Amino acid sequence: MTKYMIRRIVYMFITLFLIASATFFLMKALPGSPISSAPKLSPSQLAMVEAKYGLDEPVPVQYAKYMLNLAKGDLGNSFQFKNASVTELIMNRLGPSVLIGTQGLILGVAIGILLGMIAALRQNTVWDYGSTLIAIIGISIPSFVFATLLQYWLAVEWGLFPVGLWKDGWMSSILPSVALAMGPLATASRFIRTEMIEVLSSDYITLAKSKGASGFEIAFKHAFRNALIPLVTVLGPLAAGLVTGSLVIEQIFAIPGIGEQFVKAITSNDFSIIMGTTLFYSVLLIVIIFVVDVLYGIIDPRIRLSGGSK
Amino acid sequence: MEKILEVKDLELSFHTFAGEVKAIRGVNFDLLKGETLAIVGESGSGKSVTTKSIMRLLPEHSSEFKNGQILFNGKDLTKLTDREMQKIRGKDISMIFQDPMTSLNPTMPIGKQIMEPILKHRNVSKSVAHKEAVDLLRLVGMPKPEARMKQYPHQFSGGQRQRIVIAIALACNPQVLIADEPTTALDVTIQAQILELMKDLQKKINTSIIFITHDLGVVANVADRVAVMYGGKIVEIGTVDEIFYNPQHPYTWGLLSSMPSLDTAEEKLYAIPGTPPDLLSPPKGDAFALRSDYAMKIDLEEVPPFFKVSDTHYAATWLLHPDAPQVDPPLAIRERMKKYPGSRYYEGTEGGTY
Amino acid sequence: MSLDIKKIPAESFERVQIDSSHAERITKPSLSFWQDAWLRIRKNKAAIASIFILLFIIIMAFVGPMVSPHDAETQTITHANLPPKVPGLEKLGIFDGVGTLAGKEVDLYEMKKVDTYYWFGTDGLGRDMFSRAWEGTQISLLIAFVAAVIDMVIGVAYGGISGYYGGRTDDIMQRIVEILYGIPTLVIVILMLLVMEPGVIAIVIAITLTGWIGMSRIVRGQVLKFKNQEFVLASRTLGAGNGRIISKHILPNILGVIIINTMFTIPTAIFFEAFLSFIGLGLQAPDASLGTLINDGYKVIRFQPHILLYPSIILSLLMIAFNLLGDGLRDAFDPKMKD
Repeated sequence: MTKYMIRRIVYMFITLFLIASATFFLMKALPGSPISSAPKLSPSQLAMVEAKYGLDEPVPVQYAKYMLNLAKGDLGNSFQFKNASVTELIMNRLGPSVLIGTQGLILGVAIGILLGMIAALRQNTVWDYGSTLIAIIGISIPSFVFATLLQYWLAVEWGLFPVGLWKDGWMSSILPSVALAMGPLATASRFIRTEMIEVLSSDYITLAKSKGASGFEIAFKHAFRNALIPLVTVLGPLAAGLVTGSLVIEQIFAIPGIGEQFVKAITSNDFSIIMGTTLFYSVLLIVIIFVVDVLYGIIDPRIRLSGGSK
Repeated sequence: MEKILEVKDLELSFHTFAGEVKAIRGVNFDLLKGETLAIVGESGSGKSVTTKSIMRLLPEHSSEFKNGQILFNGKDLTKLTDREMQKIRGKDISMIFQDPMTSLNPTMPIGKQIMEPILKHRNVSKSVAHKEAVDLLRLVGMPKPEARMKQYPHQFSGGQRQRIVIAIALACNPQVLIADEPTTALDVTIQAQILELMKDLQKKINTSIIFITHDLGVVANVADRVAVMYGGKIVEIGTVDEIFYNPQHPYTWGLLSSMPSLDTAEEKLYAIPGTPPDLLSPPKGDAFALRSDYAMKIDLEEVPPFFKVSDTHYAATWLLHPDAPQVDPPLAIRERMKKYPGSRYYEGTEGGTY
Repeated sequence: MSLDIKKIPAESFERVQIDSSHAERITKPSLSFWQDAWLRIRKNKAAIASIFILLFIIIMAFVGPMVSPHDAETQTITHANLPPKVPGLEKLGIFDGVGTLAGKEVDLYEMKKVDTYYWFGTDGLGRDMFSRAWEGTQISLLIAFVAAVIDMVIGVAYGGISGYYGGRTDDIMQRIVEILYGIPTLVIVILMLLVMEPGVIAIVIAITLTGWIGMSRIVRGQVLKFKNQEFVLASRTLGAGNGRIISKHILPNILGVIIINTMFTIPTAIFFEAFLSFIGLGLQAPDASLGTLINDGYKVIRFQPHILLYPSIILSLLMIAFNLLGDGLRDAFDPKMKD
């Protein structure tokens, strides 16, 4: 297990290093610089600004400096926001994004598990078809379409929730969280359904029945845990989906989160924010996948005790 | 002897997407207190289904009791509600399965799995249940039982796991123990150990055992009586000696002839031709007739009733009808019959009864 | 047990010779893998309905712009922001060209003196939404199919080589995948789109850059599973070469998995394209895909909901149908489901 973890950590750093380098060189390869697009600067002013951001140095030097700063957690400064530190810009906007992300994840996974359980235990009944339908819709309808619909009907037409703008505290987070929850909900419910059906047809469930266990005990004492453990493996992809979703959903509900800032930076070519946020997302997702793998090893006794390397 | 379980005219079908599969087509047998009844037959003969239907472990949406009764101490198990059945499973009747590698819950410590039926069926505290579970593990020959209670199934070998499954089955001193091919998935050396263990335990707790197998060697080793199943019916039933040394049904002849033994080493091993009947549309008459060298016209027309051979021995074949012509069983069977006093080939000089 | 022995005519006991080949007869018709899969998928109503929906959308994507009386590019400013109006249906009180203007319900066609029909209405530049929606569908489908095919080709080749040759080759190839797999798709897609000229090709490249990894992992796993199975070993002992083993023994067995996975790649690609267009990284005007149309519609949702509505419906239908079909195929090909 330790050997496996060390290997995983090494890979994690290699991946991050590659992403950081790729980000840097891709940005360098871009035609023009964000400063050159500012028309009012005279050549001398331009040179001054370039010197200030270190843009006049040779690329390898810039690269080395960039990497060194990264190691210290410094993502550089924004071109746009008067030299503000990108790290700080991201941190300032972390709150709303984390709130709707975690709420969406918890809500989606919880309801998804419930739906999946119902579908598996009432296989081929109306319950099953209903929950499958919800799952298919959840997977199929893009979050931005769903969010738009929620916003249009529940907020604009019926006025049940704030339309957006993050001015009404927690109330403002409800619709975005629900919109984000659809993906995890669908994934979790289908996953749990498949796992439960497989587990329920396994020999040890028959043995549990032959012990005299009731339907309830079989579903929750024996089957549920075995079906739930593998769900941990999809948490990584789910988190990636949440990040993707947050970009548009923060946009739609005008939430001052990281995603909204990122999309704005893309439209205004603020490279340092793009680079910083890209790296931030990469670190976030890579760490989540790593934690999930370790977690899986801890909660599944088969892996935990065999000291599994796979 | 006291009958503990009576299966009467049991008929059961599965509803599949190809149609109705008549898996059991009128099965009758009794189980006596303290005896071991072996049910033998090839795959698909309905032996597993029969025992699973006794435990009511078949999927409810696809299986259906068409007819018959399963009387356990006078109660018809086919009529019980789920809740009543749960009180019987694991307490009065329990079961051991074929594959020990998959029959234990992988994410539950084995101690907890053994304690489960104890806590469920007997009004005892957790600490008592724990102590009993340790005793059970010791009983089934698990070394250091105390330490192993907290371990998970994957930390045990196949043989050890089957011992754990047996411990679970015996947790409430059941009156009937159903063993569904309990040694098939095990190594030969481990098989012998498990069989010894089962015989041992049977003496200790005086339970009746239904032992399902396709391995006639195992049957000879453990059974008091044998029921031979074919095509969803019992075709012959009798004591072990009667079945092995005075078989009457052509299918039993085929089964016994296809069993390798040292005596037949130089001969080609016999194989029953053809395949088992398709129970979607079971054949008319004797289901085995199509594969039998001894088939008669009537076999294709009418289902043979049971003919009595002795008080304990019955066989469903028209060959036993008083008007039927005498036929000679295959050579290997005649050789066996020579050793059996009741048979018409008995030579009586050498060896006597086995 | 019935012991009453009844009299039976003697001729009944005549021996009969049974042709034992009769007993060997196989009662179940033998089906090829494909026939079996087809029989299964035919039973799956959702999958069949999906096939029809997909066929309809695909046909409409090509025929739609042609049957519409208006083309997608012509901007008729005087016809801007018209709600849908369909001949025939207008008499039922729906699709009758009535929209709200300054809080009042008015027939906008009458007001703007338009005597033609726009089945899906028009956008802010007076372009026919019907033609635009179907042309957008065309682009979205094109991107999705091309991306899915590229993913499939690279994924199968990479995974196949890695799994089949094994050993050191596999080791190196898998280390590379392990690192690539750690890179979030979103990140790489956005970075690539920033660098490349926006357009269909850029989007396809961005989507396929990491898209093939999933396929390669699945294919590798399958190849590893099959290459050591007895029938492959048997074929090898009979002297079959690598080419024959791959084409005759391994490929047919993993084809189902490849098809299923491709079926799920298509909606993912459709989604990603729409997503990128929605956040402004996708196609640039005048090119339009379902994603850009939805983005345009979103901006005017409060006043012209029809602009958002139709592309959203088409997109959602496409996604649902592909997912349901993928599900159906998975059930049909999954040998575990065999009874």
